Amino acid sequence: MKWSELFTSSIGKKWVMALTGIFLILFLIVHVSLNATIWANDGGKMFEAGAHFMGSNIVPRVLEIGLMLGILLHIVQGIMLELQNRSKRKKGYAVAMGNKGSKWYSRSMGLLGTLILLFLIMHFIHFWIPNRSNQGWLLGPEISLYEKMKEVFQVNWVVLLYVLGCFSLAWHLLHGFQSAFRTIGVTNKKYLRLLNVIGIGFSIIVPLAFALMPISFYLGWIE
Amino acid sequence: MEHSMINLTLKIWRQKNAATPGKFETYPVKNISIEMSFLEMIDVLNEELISDGKDPIAFDHDCREGICGACSMYINGRPHGPWHANTTCQLHMRAYKDGDTIVIEPWRANAFPVIKDLVVDRTAFDRIIQAGGYISVNTGNAVDANAMPVERDNAESAFAAAACIGCGACVAACKNSSALLFVSAKVSHLALLPQGGPERKSRAMSMVAQMDKEGFGSCTNTGACEAVCPKEISIENIARLNREYMMAGAVSDK
Repeated sequence: MKWSELFTSSIGKKWVMALTGIFLILFLIVHVSLNATIWANDGGKMFEAGAHFMGSNIVPRVLEIGLMLGILLHIVQGIMLELQNRSKRKKGYAVAMGNKGSKWYSRSMGLLGTLILLFLIMHFIHFWIPNRSNQGWLLGPEISLYEKMKEVFQVNWVVLLYVLGCFSLAWHLLHGFQSAFRTIGVTNKKYLRLLNVIGIGFSIIVPLAFALMPISFYLGWIE
Repeated sequence: MEHSMINLTLKIWRQKNAATPGKFETYPVKNISIEMSFLEMIDVLNEELISDGKDPIAFDHDCREGICGACSMYINGRPHGPWHANTTCQLHMRAYKDGDTIVIEPWRANAFPVIKDLVVDRTAFDRIIQAGGYISVNTGNAVDANAMPVERDNAESAFAAAACIGCGACVAACKNSSALLFVSAKVSHLALLPQGGPERKSRAMSMVAQMDKEGFGSCTNTGACEAVCPKEISIENIARLNREYMMAGAVSDK
């Protein structure tokens, strides 16, 4: 197999989607854990300490490059896959198969992924871009992300969009989590059952925690 | 179940050949015994069409006992009709009620072009098998059947994968028109047995390469293929092929 076949063969593409997907799942654990410190309700002290470490230390900043490449690869490959797969049936069916045999969210990974991408653009505009541009993109002083969260999450429609983004993420993960492990070749029934349970738990708990963050600020649960 | 006769409305895809665009035609069929098979019902309609001097509906069929994989109708939005683990030929008219409308379409995929009416060209599957679905056997006397020990679980999984009849329902059901369930069944049934050992790596790579060349889509693990498979081929085979393919590709020199 040539290296290029990772991006051209049907199974090579699956592997790239799965591995970048698992990588992004790992990132979500870091992101949700750090952000959960807002519920310490200490006026953002603990959160700011974590954010400062992530923003000023060279190690997370270098890893960030890998994260961005992973996100980009997952998005580009995902869009390409969706378009290519759609082109494989030029003449469609008069009666759609619908939910006879598959779940709607497993067939809608492209759509859910696009919604997450739109969410990400908004999310970057709110936090990542202002913070990085303030730093001169290197290791300069950061802005107070806690204050920024407080400010951004005062607007009801923004909070609503964030919650919708979390819903898209939940459905995307519900298929993506277990699908990624099937793709990398897990056939052992014992592990598949375990991964299925963990996948469902992850898909509910992580997006729920994320969704509660803007809600907490909006409803004044945290100061 | 008490015997009864039913009347139905059939909406069937008619297409003269690959070059001409097709369209649906509506045919009322009367006095269909619920004990008839689905294909016998089409036979009845075809007899009427022939006696009226019209072109009968072309459809694939051979054994009519669910083991050859020739029949291939997409019935009311599901390959092989409503019954689980069933082929069109083994679908019986007791699945329907008097007055039902049944829409019958051919398999739809670029890799399965329509030849005529409900008949599609599935020779892409033959070419995938030719690319690697074989084993090397020495000529001479036949080896004793049990000379080579096979682990029981592997024997069972290989047998379950070998049950694939190559009908193409997996492709027809897949939103991506992916043939991966078929290819994975064929790879698995040989990869799990010692007899399949010598070509194990090249098999996974060449069959997947041929599959891609034929214009099938990429698998996204939706599971629709497994749900409609008349032989209940498990998508566990797909996971196995993913592994076979990557392990073979990772160590190959090219």
